[in-house]
Amino acid sequence: MKAFTVHQGVVAPMDRANIDTDMIIPKQFLKSIKRSGFGPNLFDELRYLDEGQPDADNSGRPLNPDFVLNQPRYAGASVLLARENFGCGSSREHAPWALEDFGFRAVIAPSYADIFYNNSFKNGLLPIVLDDAIVDRLFKETAANEGYQLTVDLENKVVVTPSGEKIPFEVDDFRRHCLLNGLDDIGLTLQDAEIIKEYESARRVSAPWLFHV
Amino acid sequence: MAGKTLYDKLWDQHVVKMRDDGTALIYIDRQLLHEVTSPQAFEGLRIAGRKPWRLDANLATPDHNVPTTPVERESGIDGIQDPVSRIQVKTLDDNCDHFGITEFKMADKRQGIVHVVGPEQGATLPGMTVVCGDSHTATHGAFAALAHGIGTSEVEHVLATQCLIQRKMKNLLIKVDGELGKGITGKDVVLHVIGLIGTAGGNGCAMEFGGSAIRSMSMEGRMTMCNMAIEAGARVGMVAFDEITAEYVKGRPYAPKAEQWEMALEAWADLKSDDDAVFDKVVEIRAEDIKPQVTWGTSPEMVTTIDGSVPTLDDAADDVERSGFTRAYEYMGLTAGQKITDIKLDRVFIGSCTNSRIEDLRAAAEVAKGRKVAGSVKQALVVPGSGLVKAQAEEEGLDKIFVEAGFEWREPGCSMCLAMNADKLGSGEHCASTSNRNFEGRQGYGGRTHLVSPAMAAAAAIAGHFVDVREF
Repeated sequence: MKAFTVHQGVVAPMDRANIDTDMIIPKQFLKSIKRSGFGPNLFDELRYLDEGQPDADNSGRPLNPDFVLNQPRYAGASVLLARENFGCGSSREHAPWALEDFGFRAVIAPSYADIFYNNSFKNGLLPIVLDDAIVDRLFKETAANEGYQLTVDLENKVVVTPSGEKIPFEVDDFRRHCLLNGLDDIGLTLQDAEIIKEYESARRVSAPWLFHV
Repeated sequence: MAGKTLYDKLWDQHVVKMRDDGTALIYIDRQLLHEVTSPQAFEGLRIAGRKPWRLDANLATPDHNVPTTPVERESGIDGIQDPVSRIQVKTLDDNCDHFGITEFKMADKRQGIVHVVGPEQGATLPGMTVVCGDSHTATHGAFAALAHGIGTSEVEHVLATQCLIQRKMKNLLIKVDGELGKGITGKDVVLHVIGLIGTAGGNGCAMEFGGSAIRSMSMEGRMTMCNMAIEAGARVGMVAFDEITAEYVKGRPYAPKAEQWEMALEAWADLKSDDDAVFDKVVEIRAEDIKPQVTWGTSPEMVTTIDGSVPTLDDAADDVERSGFTRAYEYMGLTAGQKITDIKLDRVFIGSCTNSRIEDLRAAAEVAKGRKVAGSVKQALVVPGSGLVKAQAEEEGLDKIFVEAGFEWREPGCSMCLAMNADKLGSGEHCASTSNRNFEGRQGYGGRTHLVSPAMAAAAAIAGHFVDVREF
């Protein structure tokens, strides 16, 4: 996993609540057996004017000029700004894969669906929770200033605005540690293999019907 | 000291290790696998040179991509027309063969939607922790199990370690007391709940469904309710263990037998929230207040009753909701104030992990019996949840009722719930669907989904528009 320490990038605003993972990456692209290559189909139904197909070339497809990521002022955006309950619905990890593959490193929203939030950390994508009022203000600042950028500092748990204002955010220590260091949590869990085996032996006695061999 | 909730008990029983930061390693008793969210997890194991921790805790079946027409199914995997789907189904077979994981392959009678197959096989049992790379894993909580939908990285983590890293959630109780009216099902109850608390209402919570209306509900109804806990934002849905649970589980292939059955019953008896348990939040609902539900918009919380209308902008709580309504009117091709019974249907879908079990098919068949699908409806599909549900329905003659009424009787799979196979809506088409999500494009590019119960879907198919099944 890619480590995340400090990132500065252009902010793209998606001003709607309840953006679901079907919207982030529609189902036909879930047929892939790979982890990469989802970027060109991120927000496919909003981004293009036709229906996308898996494994197809997207370069000649008609773009929806109204969609935020197609507007030149947001070219190269790597920080996504959204409203509440971002990433609701399906558990598909293809959603953070697609955001990351497109080039996003952080999302800022007032709240997230639990599974999406969790999946993001496993893929070097930082979901930041900020108050409704602050998110609202960031939407206004983004709209008012072309090329608006934010700096996300995970080490110090702050979002820094162009004026130098530092907005603090909360993040779980373990997740922060893994993300800062790009750690694979399977390796960490396996350090507790003996404890897992002990638990399992006890469970084999208390609930033998759960074990078939 | 206050008593414990069902979630507290299941959590305590599965903590392997508490970490300093408040997260815990939770032991996983059962992992269900399907073709969409597992290939990258198996690839991860291979790259790291790891093996599954415990083979017999896993059970796999392909469901999302499988074709449902008998013709396409006859020639097995090679017969799958879509080459990308074919590779994904084949990859699941290859991975299960390679690692030695039990799989009900496409041609197996026991194949079906993973959330139908698990309970049907007794592979989901009370007191278990169950995970699957699918958000509708909440379904299994109907058995007083702790079931989490997880992402692919977590699928790999569970394969490799038999554990999940979790932070304890809050306890939310949805208490439904009283008697449900005639024709009101678990689907109507859960849609009513989602309408009440919203799609984010259960975020961060384990949601238990309790109260007398739940106690008298069948396992199928309970599974439908827990299935859609995620549409209210709760990753976990649950119902306490009782005689109805025991009756359903008894005798199933993976269920405990003989003296182990007695031992299990004793262990399971306490799988309920204590009378003095403290919940972080309680929502009380009177069963009598619940009418047949129909979603009008593009989020499950955009729901109303069969005698209702599409809400107006005045009904929205704030600007964010107003803009959501405006977008939904446009996408759905509806106008504010339009009566629900005036919505005409192009297609009808009866199936999905929410509503494809035998009781669902019986309810739909009862409505369809001796009637005909309206000429204006292009297609009405009935897709059983598993090969065994299909066989049972055929034994009861339900297939004949459907076919005579003009429905298509299909092979088991997820089908038009998410349209990863050939079953999908055309752009602009309205569908009465027994599935769980009415998101934009969910059932097909530009498709318009209305979520309803199986009986309501069948009645809509006959009438060509929504009708109140209680008066049908």
